[in-house]
Amino acid sequence: MRIIRLIFITVGLVLVWQTVVLLTHVPPYILPAPVNVAKAALTHAGPLFDHAMTTLFEIIAGLLLGTLLGTISALSMIASFSLKRWLLPVLVISQAIPVFALAPLLVLWFGYGMSSKIAMAVLIIFFPVTAAFYDGLRSTEPEWLELAQVMNAKPLAVIRHIRIPAALPAFASGLRVATAVAPIGAVVGEWVGSSRGLGFYMLHANARMQIDIMFAALVVLGVLSLTIYFSVDWAMIKIVYWQKEEAE
Amino acid sequence: MNNSTKTVAGHGKRPSAPSVILENVSFSYPGEQIFRDLNFTVKGGQWTCLIGPSGCGKSTLLRLISGTLGKNFSGKIHFSDGDSHNGRTAWMAQKDLLLPWLSVLDNVCLGSRLRGEMSDQKRQKAISLLEDAGLGEYSDSLPSELSGGMRQRVALLRTLMEERPVILMDEPFSALDALTRLKLQDLAASLVEGATVLMVTHDPLEALRLGHRIYVMTHRPETLSKVLIPPGSPPREPGDPAIVSLQAKLLHRLVGGGNP
Repeated sequence: MRIIRLIFITVGLVLVWQTVVLLTHVPPYILPAPVNVAKAALTHAGPLFDHAMTTLFEIIAGLLLGTLLGTISALSMIASFSLKRWLLPVLVISQAIPVFALAPLLVLWFGYGMSSKIAMAVLIIFFPVTAAFYDGLRSTEPEWLELAQVMNAKPLAVIRHIRIPAALPAFASGLRVATAVAPIGAVVGEWVGSSRGLGFYMLHANARMQIDIMFAALVVLGVLSLTIYFSVDWAMIKIVYWQKEEAE
Repeated sequence: MNNSTKTVAGHGKRPSAPSVILENVSFSYPGEQIFRDLNFTVKGGQWTCLIGPSGCGKSTLLRLISGTLGKNFSGKIHFSDGDSHNGRTAWMAQKDLLLPWLSVLDNVCLGSRLRGEMSDQKRQKAISLLEDAGLGEYSDSLPSELSGGMRQRVALLRTLMEERPVILMDEPFSALDALTRLKLQDLAASLVEGATVLMVTHDPLEALRLGHRIYVMTHRPETLSKVLIPPGSPPREPGDPAIVSLQAKLLHRLVGGGNP
């Protein structure tokens, strides 16, 4: 049902687009028709694919690293109260500075290659994951903890068997948000300075007035982002199989 | 199932579960005194019911005994056999508190798992408990696949797995429908026989069915009534005339306070 709806929405949007182009006679260097974009995508399939792989790699590497860092910082804030008091303000400050403003700096520090884009993605992903997971870890059902206390549970066992699983539904929603914004980090990084990736390819095409290629790159980026998002969403539903019950 | 030799956790009669003795216990939450110089003995090896209106401190009393409120009280709480009361109570609450990510079997074994004492022997014991309680085929199910009554049965088995001499119950059956409640009361009465049980309840009939001894707790000041010892041994039949007439008296005590 969900897939059928998605197909309908996509087909509908493309039809609207084609109709607008036909009716308004807008010049192709402003808005190319979907048919032309498809043609451009086919003729440039090779480079599109190569650049998409670069961006995909940056997004996935950013997701993995950002999630790892977010998980570690949330766990350490739960484990140590004094660490939390030092770490929390740093986290908030890191988000007060717009990541886009940092992009040129990151390119300066990490270079033109993939590292600076991955760093951008990590900066964007890290915060929603940390915030959601920390929140989940903090709001464990008090009666579960009380039961564990009466059972003389070991503190680490409580974290492992109760607090972490109880926080996973919150973690999953943080990860969903992170996945949705991760491509922004990679593409902005590519805009600021790079020689590979869909962001670079779009700028490159734009400078040469190859607007159809630019649109093709945009479509590929959209498909890429949606695929990553739905894969993560599906994985979270499988792994955190009890989250529905939690939501009730 | 109702075989009387299958008592505490199905592992034979507990020879002498200790009494729990509270001496001059005073406790207050910030700004509110809950108990002042409370003296109370939960008799060893028997089922004691504590009945009273909401907010009169019944649950607080259970928490004081379980130790989850720490040592922020004055007075003394000890066990008649002189051992420390740490690690000797088991807890059953109104909510089943089953962990939704663990199977039924793993939920029953939760205590062992949290103490790092998990073994094949424990697992076998949990399986036989589940089979005895008619839940054998559900051991690999998740709690979400079970009905409310079945979930609470699992919670009861988890409590029994602890093999603690003192069992504290906070309205464990109150969220269930009447028929399921009666069945679960019978099951609980047969399984915990021989342990020292202190159960808090709102329901006079439940107290009269299960309690060897019943106390009514009144609110402000928190005081306990004289003990009421219903005739016969639990679980008593709900239709028993003696129980029906006592139920009326108990309700009267609850409403008006004081003794009938």
